[in-house]
Amino acid sequence: MLELALPILAATVQSGTPILYATLGEMLTERSGVLNLGVEGMMIIGALAAFVVTGATGSPWLGFLAAGAAGALLGALHALACLVFQGNQVVSGLALTIFGVGLADFLGTPFIGTTVPGFDKLSVPLLSALPVFGDIFFRQDALVYVSYVMPLVFWLTMRRTSLGLAVDAAGEHPAAASAAGLDPVALRWFGVVGGGFLVGLGGAYLSLAYTHLWTSGMTAGRGWIAVALVIFAFWRPGRAVFGAYLFGGIMAFQLRLQAMGADLPSSLLLMLPYGLTVFVLAASSARGGGVGAPRGLGVNIEPQE
Amino acid sequence: MRKFIVGIMAAALLGLLLAGCSSEPQKEAPKAETSKATEQAAEQATPEAKPEGAETKVGFIYVSPIGDAGWSYAHDLGRKAVEAMDGVTTSYVEAVPEGPDAERVITNMARKGYKVIFTTSFGYMDPTIKVAKEFPDTVFMHCSGFKKSANVGNYFGRMYQARYLSGIVAGAMTKTKKLGYVAAFPIPEVIRGINAFTLGVQSVAPDAEVRVVWSKTWYDPATEKEAAKSLLDVGCDVIAQHQDSPGPQEAAQEKGVYSVGYDTDMSAFAPKSHLTAPIWNWGPFYTHVVKSVMDGSWKSESVWPGMEEGIVDLAPYGPMVPQDVRDKVEDARRKIVSGQFKVFAGPVKDQKGEVKVPEGAVAGDEQLLGMTWFVEGVIGSTE
Repeated sequence: MLELALPILAATVQSGTPILYATLGEMLTERSGVLNLGVEGMMIIGALAAFVVTGATGSPWLGFLAAGAAGALLGALHALACLVFQGNQVVSGLALTIFGVGLADFLGTPFIGTTVPGFDKLSVPLLSALPVFGDIFFRQDALVYVSYVMPLVFWLTMRRTSLGLAVDAAGEHPAAASAAGLDPVALRWFGVVGGGFLVGLGGAYLSLAYTHLWTSGMTAGRGWIAVALVIFAFWRPGRAVFGAYLFGGIMAFQLRLQAMGADLPSSLLLMLPYGLTVFVLAASSARGGGVGAPRGLGVNIEPQE
Repeated sequence: MRKFIVGIMAAALLGLLLAGCSSEPQKEAPKAETSKATEQAAEQATPEAKPEGAETKVGFIYVSPIGDAGWSYAHDLGRKAVEAMDGVTTSYVEAVPEGPDAERVITNMARKGYKVIFTTSFGYMDPTIKVAKEFPDTVFMHCSGFKKSANVGNYFGRMYQARYLSGIVAGAMTKTKKLGYVAAFPIPEVIRGINAFTLGVQSVAPDAEVRVVWSKTWYDPATEKEAAKSLLDVGCDVIAQHQDSPGPQEAAQEKGVYSVGYDTDMSAFAPKSHLTAPIWNWGPFYTHVVKSVMDGSWKSESVWPGMEEGIVDLAPYGPMVPQDVRDKVEDARRKIVSGQFKVFAGPVKDQKGEVKVPEGAVAGDEQLLGMTWFVEGVIGSTE
């Protein structure tokens, strides 16, 4: 039993990782008070940037950073629309998704069918020798290890630094933050651009570690799952880890269930993650409508005349 | 008031972006037409210098970019064979989505005076039939569908024959007697391929089993690689696939086991594990069709040629395939080509042990085209 369960759990961590990066990114953006539905678009641009830069420089780490930069750049576009021009956040986010997916498709055409070095499995000395835990968590690639640290850094920043508290203030009550001498618009810029950076990193995981390939549409809806997971996680990083691995687990499990010869219609299994998304959204709103949502989420800051 | 203006601006921005996206294939079309492959032809003959109609123009429409190393790439190799013919120029449009876009692209090509247009994806079927009505002087050839009209013919190849041969290789190389098949969608074409592969495996390893995982994708490297890994986890030591991405090949190589590709030679992606691949070889068929249109002998028909026409084949063997296995495969190939051996010759039983093709009988084309059951030895669901 264990020898079947271990690969499933290891695969769970792997397929949860890109979603985890993206979820944390969107969480940062939303906690600063801006809703960004462009996650799918930022993620796929990140995947392309990572692939192209790694191919050009031969360094996957540069590719990884380039993915963040590309995501941040798209985030800046959203910030420009919403924070400077007071655009509707939902509309701008949706446009960003359509724009990102289309642009990646267009720019990425010449790279289809090529491979780049990327990240390979890298066992952590000592830790990988641990029974069970070693197999699941410490025989992964470097980007997975980075993703272990990320939620902790996120939590510490939001809870223990004045910057994190200020970002939360901009998301909860921008007018009060402004009265307290903070600049909520600047803080929201930080949230949107920084969030875009993290989302871009999630895209890099797909094209550099999960596979070493690029193809149009390779995010395949993972960005949307991240948007749902932010609500599922009630805007808390710890629960984001749980949610991302839950979704990754279902994805890994349904394929293995088929491989084990379970006589279940595969369509039903493929529906599971999405069915769960709907269920989670319904359940969280039944518990009293967006528990823990930043109160200023989705509301633009009207400039003082 | 301010909000109202902002709303309009946002709407305009969205509209702009949408327009930007939808006009993209148009931008791509000329780029594709002046691409490298056609440059040669342009150098040889300046169209204006020649009388109208001196060159037969042949067009191809692909569903994915030709760089995919898969389905569309295989068709494009066929196009290059046509390009090499005397008095023929070709061009192509790649990454054309199935649906309204396809209709526009096909119409565009027909209007530009193309004599023969190959539409190479199932979803182009209805657009092809529709456009063909407006251009009765143009010959349309649609791949993998079932509709035809006065100037529309359809064609496909008997890929299952090559799948059977690749099954022999896989069956000879497996040690665990467990083989994995990363399958695309549960439609007759894919099921037929899995069955033929399994029969090939069983011809050399009678007690082997083939496990099937559906990815429900045609090209999603991440999911397909994960599906292959799930098969490796349950002990499969040869991975075959139906999708166009090399994701499953990568998974097999990382695990140090063997793999069988599809569409074209995928050995570049996994040189250590790639045994062979059932591949498409459209060149001979495409040149034949273009020739028959040029000499006026073309008729609208449904054709389903196989290995005897060279339309399907095996990619070169990897160095790990021993000579006696190669001999066995070549022997089976000769018998298939000569018609002496049929892949779906009875007795063929389904998963429940029910006889589907009785002893002495051979499955007819109708049964092959409507195949929705797995042969004995396949583990998986056809739903």
